[in-house]
Amino acid sequence: MNELTRMRGKYVIAGIGHTDFGKLPGRSTISLNTQACKQALIDAHIEKSAVDALFVKVPTSAKEFMYGQKLAEAMAMKPKLGGSWDQGGAANMALISNAMAAIETGQCEVALVCYADNPRSGSRQVYARPRGDDAVYGWFSTAAGYGLIHRRHMIEFGTKPEDFAQFAMASRRHGALNPKAQLKLPLSLEQYMNAPMQIEPLRRDDCCLVSDGGAALVVMSAKRAIELGVPNAVPILGLGQGQTSAELPVRETLTSTEAVVSAKTAFKMSGFQPKDIDLIQIYDCFTVAGVMTLEDYGFCPKGQFGAWSKGGYLEIDGALPMNTSGGLLSETGMPGLQLIIEGVRQMRGVANLQVQKARNCLISNQGGTMHTHATMILGRCHD
Amino acid sequence: MTEFPRPDVTDTSRTFWDALNEGRLVFQECEQQHRWLPARDFCPNCLSDQFKYVNAAGRAKLLSWVVYNSAMNDAFKEQVPYNVALVQLEEGPKMMTNILAPNDELKADMDLQLEIVNQDNFKLAKFKPILK
Repeated sequence: MNELTRMRGKYVIAGIGHTDFGKLPGRSTISLNTQACKQALIDAHIEKSAVDALFVKVPTSAKEFMYGQKLAEAMAMKPKLGGSWDQGGAANMALISNAMAAIETGQCEVALVCYADNPRSGSRQVYARPRGDDAVYGWFSTAAGYGLIHRRHMIEFGTKPEDFAQFAMASRRHGALNPKAQLKLPLSLEQYMNAPMQIEPLRRDDCCLVSDGGAALVVMSAKRAIELGVPNAVPILGLGQGQTSAELPVRETLTSTEAVVSAKTAFKMSGFQPKDIDLIQIYDCFTVAGVMTLEDYGFCPKGQFGAWSKGGYLEIDGALPMNTSGGLLSETGMPGLQLIIEGVRQMRGVANLQVQKARNCLISNQGGTMHTHATMILGRCHD
Repeated sequence: MTEFPRPDVTDTSRTFWDALNEGRLVFQECEQQHRWLPARDFCPNCLSDQFKYVNAAGRAKLLSWVVYNSAMNDAFKEQVPYNVALVQLEEGPKMMTNILAPNDELKADMDLQLEIVNQDNFKLAKFKPILK
């Protein structure tokens, strides 16, 4: 057993919390984060005083200096360590990993990991930002970067709009069945094909929601969870990460990322292979991101998503249920924590669309224009 | 009319933009023949600071592109629908650019020729298809 595999199941997600998702005008990110942290502490059945580390993913739309410390102050906490971390949507799992490492080295015992943002009622400017000096060519926005990857995927593999639609339809079907989802509208192929294209080749339903909201979770060792009487701790069986270039022109390829490395690490830690996974929560900020994640992880042969996923393979009654609460396309556009929280609910057996007899759940997070990637595998509560 | 965005011309990138203003597209090459864009003070591969600027021949291939049907900056409002493309120079480095052709004539991996054009009295490296 090596250092990596020794960590399998040693750490748990002890509690989860989140605010409503959607449009929450007037709510600051500090307010949303505080509410989510409060809920996570209640869910973990622990006192605030048990927490000695606070790791925050920086609010995407409104970065602030010393944000982590401001949040700690709002909760009258004096964490031994913490702060805000800027790594896009893979930051959630990076912070869980940082918390595990800090606990492992004796720097803290119980960590809160949280995120909140309010781009729906606040500013969406960050998503339409100029992309460096290339703005001289009209190169603006996060979406356009994904559009460039989406087109290259079509060029290299012949991926069709109908294939990307199949991904969106799975997330949207599950979101429509989630009473707490921001977008409760199932998607038909016809609706997908006929929707406007703001930045071609992306169609409206290839793109995730923009949402206000906050979410939090509590990380500690499995041993500490028993000592503190945490009732529903969910073990972390695998975790991995990988990163590639910030901008697209310097990447060797547009159609694969370090998601490959991230998954390899997580699978190795867990001892699982793709065929052992019972359900998945895949970061679907754009459909191509989800499709490429499934390919890079080894679930789907490269370039064959359409044939692989047909017949509802990724839907609740299919072989590999995906995004059972709706993902970023349907539940909330929040960058990733909602996927981890749904994974925890599934492993507790209390999800809205519960996958019966699921013994594990794989979750992906990613950030920027597929710059950063993280993979986590959770095991069943009380196993 | 709203002015187009300008690049942030720094000590690092000045040589690149000055060359373009003189009608040359340049990239950097270190002593180990690593080649790169955009401009940097060190080779991103071997971290060497011993490099030269090389004139690109001007041939490139179209790797991918998007078409904006609405502008995210007022300066581009009148250009909608406009394309932004990723191209690879025949010497290796890749860059973002615009293709000077109708959007529906763009084809994957099509051959391109450099055309340096003025935008608000600032020179930019754009490309046009090589017609066969």
